[in-house]
Amino acid sequence: MRDVMVVGTGITPFGELWEHSLRDLGIRAGMEAIRDAGITSSDIDALFVGNMAAGRLIDQTHIGALIADFAGLAGRNLPTVTIEGADASGAAALHHAYLSVASGLHDCVVVGGAEKMTDLPDPEVTEITATALDQQWESFFGATLFSMYAMMARRHMHEFGTTREQLARVAVKNHRNGALNPAAQFRRPVRPESVLEAAEVADPLGMLDCAPISDGAAAVVLCSAERARRLPGPQVRIAASAQAGDTLSLSSRRSLVGFDATSVAMERALKLAGRSRKEVDFAEVHDVTTISEIMAIEDLGFVKKGAGGPATASGMTAPGGELPVNTSGGLKARGHPLGATGIAQIIELVLQLQGKAEERQVPEARVGLAHNVGGCGATAFVHILEVA
Amino acid sequence: MSGLAGVRFWRETKSRYNLTGNRCGVCGTVFFPPRPVCTRCHRESIGRMEEHKLKGTGEVLTWTFVHEPRPGFEIQVPYILAMVRLDEGPALLAQMVDCGPGEVRIGTRVHSVFRKIGEEGKSGVIYYGYKFVPD
Ligand SMILES: [Zn+2]
Repeated sequence: MRDVMVVGTGITPFGELWEHSLRDLGIRAGMEAIRDAGITSSDIDALFVGNMAAGRLIDQTHIGALIADFAGLAGRNLPTVTIEGADASGAAALHHAYLSVASGLHDCVVVGGAEKMTDLPDPEVTEITATALDQQWESFFGATLFSMYAMMARRHMHEFGTTREQLARVAVKNHRNGALNPAAQFRRPVRPESVLEAAEVADPLGMLDCAPISDGAAAVVLCSAERARRLPGPQVRIAASAQAGDTLSLSSRRSLVGFDATSVAMERALKLAGRSRKEVDFAEVHDVTTISEIMAIEDLGFVKKGAGGPATASGMTAPGGELPVNTSGGLKARGHPLGATGIAQIIELVLQLQGKAEERQVPEARVGLAHNVGGCGATAFVHILEVA
Repeated sequence: MSGLAGVRFWRETKSRYNLTGNRCGVCGTVFFPPRPVCTRCHRESIGRMEEHKLKGTGEVLTWTFVHEPRPGFEIQVPYILAMVRLDEGPALLAQMVDCGPGEVRIGTRVHSVFRKIGEEGKSGVIYYGYKFVPD
């Protein structure tokens, strides 16, 4: 396996983008990434797209072919593939794009993530995101994605004394971070009281504990290290690309207070990167709900199991803390266009590692980590990126 | 489309109506929902998985009070969803009925009842299955 570099990034704003179609968003992010990399479309060997649910959200499958076509690349008979791993589809696409370059099959590829969610009314989106759960044995009985996390939150509170206020601290922090991110869906801080008083979704989680419904796309260009040396763009190395899985249904799991898939993916990633946790300077984690971020910093091993709530309240994960988490605003404030999220996380890592994150810059950022989860934890990806 | 979805739900009625799981003939582990292969014995268990009816008794591992439902569940809102550990070992997800959120706690003993689960808007098909009530 050879070294793989991220050499260009492109991202659309996230939010309710009613004037833009999925193909517009995907092409815009992809073209921006190509321009940033200083290459032309004729340099591209393949296109990988992460998408969870366009088949249901906009009645369109075959997203890779669609985007390549309207980006004007079909005439080159470019190979394309769409990769699905629920809302970890973006990281899944990155993983396979990475493998194609690391293996030597391709030299330069574009990997994007895109989702168009706001064409449907909210209840239908709730039904579609619940397809990531076990349809026959969870969703059938009335489960939604957020209700699964709500049950984990209650169990976490019961076992470790995690408080409602500690959960709210995650939302407050990520909204404050999102306010500094020009690409974020929500660019306004929220008060802790607002989080506690927001409309209930699934008790103990309220509306401000949950990631929003979003449109958006993000793309990166990957190249072999050798090829990257001749390019003007970012020179950030993918030090590790690791995945782990677990049972689809939450009821079959060993634990209701964390994801084993996250812990195992983390161990695999650290081994691949030859690094320790202490060397990680900052992280983007899958905060699809506030409890998700608390469980993530535990499962990734940055704090011990059960200590995530107090650690968050202490400011450990805030800007200037020991491990800044979700400087982009996370899924909560940047927005969560399912398939685009995994790539948006990578773009935040690249910006931070290049010192281009402006007001939200982590000082001396050398090693960053991205954590993307599918559904309620049956799939987890950990990527570690470092300054080359 | 909705007609075929109806068939998909009907296929699981035996397990959903009678809480029928299965049991590995090699190691004795009980599964719900029934699995084609034992998660411990793998290929050794092929052809040795036996039907096993569950008693429908257990205790609440965790629960939530759902305010934002998926389509088909609007008229039940808010409803209690619980993870129940059955006495035979497996855990499952189900609604709690005939009780308010004040009557459900982690550790509450419960038993199963047979109820309407939801309906499919377009076709009007009504689905039945198990729910749980406190003892
Ligand atoms: Zn067995």
